[in-house]
Amino acid sequence: MNLSSEANMSNIPVELKYAKSHEWARHNDDGSVTVGISDNAQDQLGDMVYVELPEVGQDVTAEEACAVVESVKAASDVYTPVSGEVVEVNEALGDAPERVNQDAYGAGWLFRIQPSNASELDGLMNGDAYAEFLEDEAH
Amino acid sequence: MSNKTPLYDEHVADGGKIVDFAGWEMPINYGSQIEEHNNVRSDAGMFDVSHMTVVDLTGERTREYLRHLLANNVDRLQESGKALYSCMLNERGGVIDDLIVYYIREDFFRMVVNAGTRAKDLAWLEQQSVDYSVTVTERPELAMIAVQGPNARAKTLPLLSDGVREAAAALQPFYGVFDGEWFIARTGYTGEDGFEIVLPAESAADFWGRLRAAGVRPTGLGARDTLRLEAGMNLYGTDMDENVSPLESALAWTVAWEPADRDFIGRRTLEAQRAAGAGRKLVGLVLEDKGVLRNHQLVRAGSGEGEITSGSFSPTLQRAIAFARVPKDTGDRCQVDIRGRLLNARVVKPPFVRNGKAQIEL
Repeated sequence: MNLSSEANMSNIPVELKYAKSHEWARHNDDGSVTVGISDNAQDQLGDMVYVELPEVGQDVTAEEACAVVESVKAASDVYTPVSGEVVEVNEALGDAPERVNQDAYGAGWLFRIQPSNASELDGLMNGDAYAEFLEDEAH
Repeated sequence: MSNKTPLYDEHVADGGKIVDFAGWEMPINYGSQIEEHNNVRSDAGMFDVSHMTVVDLTGERTREYLRHLLANNVDRLQESGKALYSCMLNERGGVIDDLIVYYIREDFFRMVVNAGTRAKDLAWLEQQSVDYSVTVTERPELAMIAVQGPNARAKTLPLLSDGVREAAAALQPFYGVFDGEWFIARTGYTGEDGFEIVLPAESAADFWGRLRAAGVRPTGLGARDTLRLEAGMNLYGTDMDENVSPLESALAWTVAWEPADRDFIGRRTLEAQRAAGAGRKLVGLVLEDKGVLRNHQLVRAGSGEGEITSGSFSPTLQRAIAFARVPKDTGDRCQVDIRGRLLNARVVKPPFVRNGKAQIEL
């Protein structure tokens, strides 16, 4: 995702990991990784009107574009932060894409991956680093 | 270079998300673009359009000058305050800009042109004015606020001066009236009723604040774009430019062919195109599959291909809609290439929405 505007006082949960392309990743107890876009990203993109998700069973590689979020303004690619197999997608977004705006870290999640190499998560930023990254990007 | 309108501080205070638009720092939205859009369809919203260029044309031969300059015929303007929408063409029949011209007196017409075309428009206006001794005066010291929506006039009228209120309330669509330096016109770019108000820059922030207090919601350029698309109104630089003719831009209705001896700039090229039959036409599209139509997507239509010129999600219709320039023989269906997939769309005649109501079958 390409975002150029100013960082705002975003909501950045500390237990998640973040990519420079503004996706978040949650490492679940069962080993899978849930992916969505950050609150800052949804705020910059504006009202979501359509979400295109990957297929369940699809193999994806880290940093590959595998979903698209479309706001009234623009379409943006979503890059998976980890490699692996897509095991679940958030079908509810088909009828309610606005959930990405309303609850980016909860009901607005996009897809869940069974990672082939969970250590890829170590290459992502923690909450503090992402907050700093947004600061820097704004200047 | 970056310009700010006299309302810039108001936009920041209102929480506006500021973006560059044609060299101006303008609010794209103040939160939710969809809420702002729906509010204009159901109540009243206000837009800062001070970036647009107000130009006064003065001199005894101004009407004669405009008769030559514009593809539409200023002789349609006989009552003071009456407005006319027109294209200004080059010799090749391409659109230099689209504009509104108001007739005030025989020696005074006012024109409002786009922001992104300011420099070339002024140069062209000057160049053409020489033969007619017309004086071209830009008015950068004026601001402009559009108030649009079913409740726009009712919420605005009490805030106007006592001297003009009655006249403003009595304005028919596409008429304007002066009140000192203020000019109040019943025009707009949303498909809703309302006013566009030109006023001195130093009065703009105060008037904006009084409109806000009257319940008129600040509305950004994002909603302005989806509103005008639903209303079937072209955007210069996107839907037409110097390389396309108004006949290929769904603007044939703005070309006044009669009287046949009115020699307006571009006329000969347009007549040749009319005789040959223009190769393309600008139509409306409604996407039937799920997805969002966007500018520059490829369209497979009729005997060939076309392109979306303006595409977005329509908040009123809850569908993706667009304008597309397609082959002349395009029927009532086509396909749009969205990220490599061909999705089905219906070809319709804009407007999509007028006065809050759908104008096409869904």
